[in-house]
Amino acid sequence: MSQLFSKKNKEVFATPLGLNNPVTVQVLGICSALAVTAKLEPAIVMGLSVTIITGFSNVIISLIRRTIPNRIRIIVQLVVVAALVTIVSEILKAFAYDVSVQLSVYIGLIITNCILMGRLEAFAMSNGPWESFLDGLGNGLGYAKILVIVAFFRELLGSGTLLGFRIIPQSVYDAGYINNGLMVMPPMALVIVACIIWWQRSRHKELQDK
Amino acid sequence: MATKKFVCQVCGYVYEGESAPSQCPVCKAPATQFKEVEQPGDPTKPAKKKRDTNSNVYTLIYAAVMVIVVAFLLAFVNSSLRSRQDENIKMDTKKQILSALHVTGVKDVNAEYARYVKADCLMDAEGRLDEKVDDRDFATSYEKEVKEHGRLHVFVCEVEGETKYVIPVYGTGLWGALWGYVALNADKSSVYGVYFSHASETPGLGAEIVTDAFKGQFVGKQALDADKVVLGVMKHGKVENPACQVDGISGGTITSNGVDQMLKNCLGNYIKFLTSKE
Repeated sequence: MSQLFSKKNKEVFATPLGLNNPVTVQVLGICSALAVTAKLEPAIVMGLSVTIITGFSNVIISLIRRTIPNRIRIIVQLVVVAALVTIVSEILKAFAYDVSVQLSVYIGLIITNCILMGRLEAFAMSNGPWESFLDGLGNGLGYAKILVIVAFFRELLGSGTLLGFRIIPQSVYDAGYINNGLMVMPPMALVIVACIIWWQRSRHKELQDK
Repeated sequence: MATKKFVCQVCGYVYEGESAPSQCPVCKAPATQFKEVEQPGDPTKPAKKKRDTNSNVYTLIYAAVMVIVVAFLLAFVNSSLRSRQDENIKMDTKKQILSALHVTGVKDVNAEYARYVKADCLMDAEGRLDEKVDDRDFATSYEKEVKEHGRLHVFVCEVEGETKYVIPVYGTGLWGALWGYVALNADKSSVYGVYFSHASETPGLGAEIVTDAFKGQFVGKQALDADKVVLGVMKHGKVENPACQVDGISGGTITSNGVDQMLKNCLGNYIKFLTSKE
């Protein structure tokens, strides 16, 4: 048991949440970070779906990594990811229809999310299943974390709500406050991600480019 | 055949064999001082494996097996979840019909649907409604219903004691399908409410057709003039006849035109029903 949660494994899990975050440090998966973060709810669902899919695709690829013919390994990875994404999308359609309508094309786009392919190629192809699972979960959660932070600000400032509940009271609107319409537009997601990167790099000198 | 290697911790002597020797031949240390060295793989095994995974036959078989396994897996998942998904799609369609009747935010969709929608009728060639079709399955794609089965659905509804007719409409926008429901008052001409949705219109432009601001414009407009459908969407700011035309979305002209065409085509199919005075 202690081996399962060794220091190295903890690092594998924890660094993508902070110092090696897939969005802010590796700058992967930006495209979907723009698309689904106008509201908090789809951001959370997207983050969780990506976490589950990176976790399990990492495990599967890691289990079969020794049998994969080298020349078609990218295709094999794609097939595994695409199959998992299709299953998740079918499950969402059956049990969370509203969410699946809201996410519509983005669920399919998880297949092309570079975080997945990046982790499969860089980690799962050369590590054991358990480490790969942790790495997948860590990267998925690191991605989800950034999505949730961005969506929090965009929904709060853009619509005055959080998860659909009104946060900014009507009296503030009566006093002349207007929702910031720019926050709902995709470019603001980039600006917020940039602010997070700026904040993170100013705190961690080792991340700064020379 | 695999021999293991044991290193004496005291003097560094390497012994090859099945198990550690009872005594080190150099420094006479006991067996407990020997430690097994992990070898970097059996030299014969990985080489064989490597040749295997790179051969054409292996690659082809691998790909074929993978495809078959994945195909069976997906087919299984799909067929086991199908009935639940269909139920969700039906619920969603009912929600959309209710939305055209200004009934939104419902919790128990089936109960509310049963309360407002009295009958799912078909229009016959003379423009009369056929009432005896309640045992037919609830349809979810009205484009298919018209094009494949020639069925023109009319939902006869009752809101606060007044009869409303809900007519499904479908068409094409800039990027993909558009669909919606138009609720007409008992006079079969003035609009009570509408619902529009789309598959993939541009967010912020064409996709604005789903907003209440756009849909609200239709309330109270006349759908018919004599025996022609006049309800339509004009380019933003070009409305000539406010009794039957609404403002399009600026920047979403093709989507707005799509809505216009959708209304004219689909309501046009129902012209016999709409002009009959029964």
